[in-house]
Amino acid sequence: MSTDATLMKIAFGRLTLQAFPVHQPILVATFAVVALGGVVLLGLISYFRLWGYLWREWFTTIDHKRIGIMYMILGLVMLLRGFADALMMRMQQAVAFGGAQGFLPAHHYDQIFTAHGVIMIFFVAMPFITGLMNFVVPLQIGARDVSFPFLNNFSFWMTTMGALLVMLSLFVGEFARTGWLAYPPLSGIAYSPDVGVDYYIWALQIAGIGTLLSGVNLIATIVKLRAPGMTLMKMPVFTWTALCTNVLIVAAFPILTVTLALLSLDRYVGTNFFTNDLGGNPMMYVNLIWIWGHPEVYILILPIFGVFSEVTATFSGKRLFGYTSMVYATVVITILSYLVWLHHFFTMGSGASVNSFFGITTMIISIPTGAKMFNWLFTLYRGRIRFELPMMWTLAFMLTFVIGGMSGVLLAVPPADFVLHNSLFLVAHFHNVIIGGVVFGAFAGISYWFPKAFGFRLDPFWGKMSFWFWVAGFYLAFMPLYVLGLMGVTRRLRHFEDPTLQVWFVIAEVGAVLILLGIVSSLVQIYLSIRRREALRDRTGDPWGGRTLEWSTASPPPAYNFAFTPVVHDNDAWWDMKHRGFRRPVAAFNAIRMPRNTGAGFILATLSGIFGFAMIWHIWWLAALGLVAVLAAAIAHTFNYQRDFQIPAHEVERTEGERTRLLSAQA
Amino acid sequence: MSDAVHDNHATGELARGAGHASLRGYLTGFILSVILTAIPFWLVMSGVLNSKIATELAITTLAVAQITVHMVYFLHMNTRSENGWSIMALVFTLMLVVIALIGSLWIIYHLNANMLPGGDMSQMP
Amino acid sequence: MALTAAGGNATAETPVFCLAVEHEHAAGGSTLLGFWIYLMSDCLLFAALFATYGVLGGSYAAGPAPKDVFELPVVAVNTSMLLLSSITYGFAMLATYRGRVGATQGWLVVTALFGAAFVGIELHEFAHMIHVGATPQRSAFLSAFFALVGTHGLHVTVGLIWMATLMLQVGRRGLIPDNVRRLACLSMFWHFLDVIWIGVFTFVYLGGMLR
Repeated sequence: MSTDATLMKIAFGRLTLQAFPVHQPILVATFAVVALGGVVLLGLISYFRLWGYLWREWFTTIDHKRIGIMYMILGLVMLLRGFADALMMRMQQAVAFGGAQGFLPAHHYDQIFTAHGVIMIFFVAMPFITGLMNFVVPLQIGARDVSFPFLNNFSFWMTTMGALLVMLSLFVGEFARTGWLAYPPLSGIAYSPDVGVDYYIWALQIAGIGTLLSGVNLIATIVKLRAPGMTLMKMPVFTWTALCTNVLIVAAFPILTVTLALLSLDRYVGTNFFTNDLGGNPMMYVNLIWIWGHPEVYILILPIFGVFSEVTATFSGKRLFGYTSMVYATVVITILSYLVWLHHFFTMGSGASVNSFFGITTMIISIPTGAKMFNWLFTLYRGRIRFELPMMWTLAFMLTFVIGGMSGVLLAVPPADFVLHNSLFLVAHFHNVIIGGVVFGAFAGISYWFPKAFGFRLDPFWGKMSFWFWVAGFYLAFMPLYVLGLMGVTRRLRHFEDPTLQVWFVIAEVGAVLILLGIVSSLVQIYLSIRRREALRDRTGDPWGGRTLEWSTASPPPAYNFAFTPVVHDNDAWWDMKHRGFRRPVAAFNAIRMPRNTGAGFILATLSGIFGFAMIWHIWWLAALGLVAVLAAAIAHTFNYQRDFQIPAHEVERTEGERTRLLSAQA
Repeated sequence: MSDAVHDNHATGELARGAGHASLRGYLTGFILSVILTAIPFWLVMSGVLNSKIATELAITTLAVAQITVHMVYFLHMNTRSENGWSIMALVFTLMLVVIALIGSLWIIYHLNANMLPGGDMSQMP
Repeated sequence: MALTAAGGNATAETPVFCLAVEHEHAAGGSTLLGFWIYLMSDCLLFAALFATYGVLGGSYAAGPAPKDVFELPVVAVNTSMLLLSSITYGFAMLATYRGRVGATQGWLVVTALFGAAFVGIELHEFAHMIHVGATPQRSAFLSAFFALVGTHGLHVTVGLIWMATLMLQVGRRGLIPDNVRRLACLSMFWHFLDVIWIGVFTFVYLGGMLR
């Protein structure tokens, strides 16, 4: 090799001009749109001189409310990307029969279904639930912020950096072609020597650190920062589900970290954990990744169960039925979620004794979920039900999730699973529970808490449009997949020989288009709601007649949340306050100590992202530099002892006085 | 678990630390650990028990004992710290560790038996 | 609790709903619990590594087996280095709770030396193994060995860096509450690493010799 080539290799690793997909028209077009949109966005921010504001008020914020909002924005943006992938798959599968090969070659299609899964789970669903928990939990427990506000900011930026790496893979290099869990040997260096799996590994490792720290943060917050009088059994159910979710996060994510690290050792250094020779065992990867993977899906759904508990009670005008059994069901689900993981690989060959054990535990875990369902139904029973959007989403969830749950129990029977594993039936099942559960729940949570976050409601008409498009679209898109799966159609295929299958795929495509309209309606809803925010304004802080403490604050709440820490006497603390003569304090405010904003989280995450990029492209000098920089920056941050500041009492008085005036003007 | 929630102040933490951390505690823990380390090394290096299984059982038991010693004398583990949350977190973690370890060993043992080349698939257990 | 002149008065019918005077949440009141929870996650990280070793630890691929590469006397020395470092850190904490900066720093230095000795001996052991062909790439057993023991060694190294940083910070600002809390966290970390090592020397080294 010539000196020039060697120098290039040292400087840029394996990054060459070939990494830029200039010969793939779809990607070129995508890049053009993204670049244009990006330029417009950056231009507008510069034009309105918002960089300072963005940095000071949002990027460096340690306010859990703003961090929560940023998570939701991240999730929404990545939903658009993940759904674009879904649309492309649907379009391909609707046309590619017999002689017609469709428009997506295998090389491209395989990246799309991998990216779709990775993005939807890690960068849409996780940010949505983390965002909701971040925003709501401190308010619900009467606290001023989470236990570790800086760590919270850092966690957000690490998640964002992971998302950025995945997005980058679209234009620089390529993504993994292995499916969202990247099983070896396919994901090993022998069969995936390119950068795709490395993008996957580093994006998830970086985001995973953020998630793990978030888990530690929220557990400490819920354990330590509850308002006086709020015993565990007086916590709102959403906070209970948040506690259990974060326990699952702390317990499960280290397994993912190890598994991906071992895979990367195999790829970078040539070890033999998951190879086919020298003693390696690829089945161990499958085992380990699902020890993480099953708790992960409960991480996704438990907070959503909490959302539904809050919404059902509020919009039935009734206390939640069976609070104690709800709590116990949540805890039981948390523990049991560790005893079912093998049901994801019944067919790998563990044999009848192992399969039976895990089949039975899987069936058992459906019971506490059923108990929750009945509790919600009993809450609705004889309630004064208001069919606002959160309640509509909840009702759609109840029907949809139950169907998905039932298909899950069917899959839990090992002999049945031997027929249905990796068929479209499986795909239908998990989309059924994730969309019917997590997505519908996220929308319920968003429409429920949006007024609290921003001070005005979301436009109801476009919300309902979105709702009906989503619900109709979901059923049209996925019910055919149950049929196809039962007929034996395998997942992840981009072409089919049997033309009689096509009608089902076309129906599914129609469903996907309806969902697209649902997403577009949501975007319209957001845009119009901002435009018409004065008409939608809520000045009371409690637009729904809420029951829990977050509704006692202004909308949006001040930075310090509560001028005086609440004292709690009963479940549904705010409801209790409203009905037992609570009057807002109007004097004797105290100064409040709050944490300062900091850029350290953004900087550390950016350096981590650079490190990840360098590792992906084998730019070793940059990776070493990045690693040292991360360590140095982290250590430097610990030398900062001045992390707090005081909000003076007169400022608290002024803020609270404004709210008191606003509330009296309403009366 | 915790009833009225009063967070542990710095004084509480310090008091706990000063109260439970004592010279005698550390020295006791140290001596016990030395003993509990020396014995398993001796058992294996001398082969005095003559039975692999017995030795394995013995060193496992001694390891568990020494871990307990560390938890009590060095980590000051007790049911009261952090209103019982510390020990509950530990118990939960240990439970998951056991599930992950035993589960993985059991599953992979069966997978290896059934799926590795040379096995007789008609007799899958 | 609190009677407020501010309007949230407790009357015969209305309970107190606000805390008029707050004993502020001590800055860092969550830190020890938070760090303990992080340690629990680290415990599970090692559990996955132990499980991997448990599953792959017998796959020698006709290469070196434990008997061929483990030297128990060296392991015994290493174990004592770590155990000694544990007790010297304990002495450092005792000095900390008595507010004695000099003694704290002194014991931290001794701890760091023992810790560095541990890492040094381990690196020497690894170098020797690699030299005789027992590389991480040679077999699944060796991959799992290096991953588990190496990760533990990496944790110890990070602990040493942390220790150096803390010594600097204690040197500058003394035993202020923030630093005491950090020392307590490092203490938990350090002892936890010794707990993991018990598992390592028992199941990897001693157990390996018994296979």
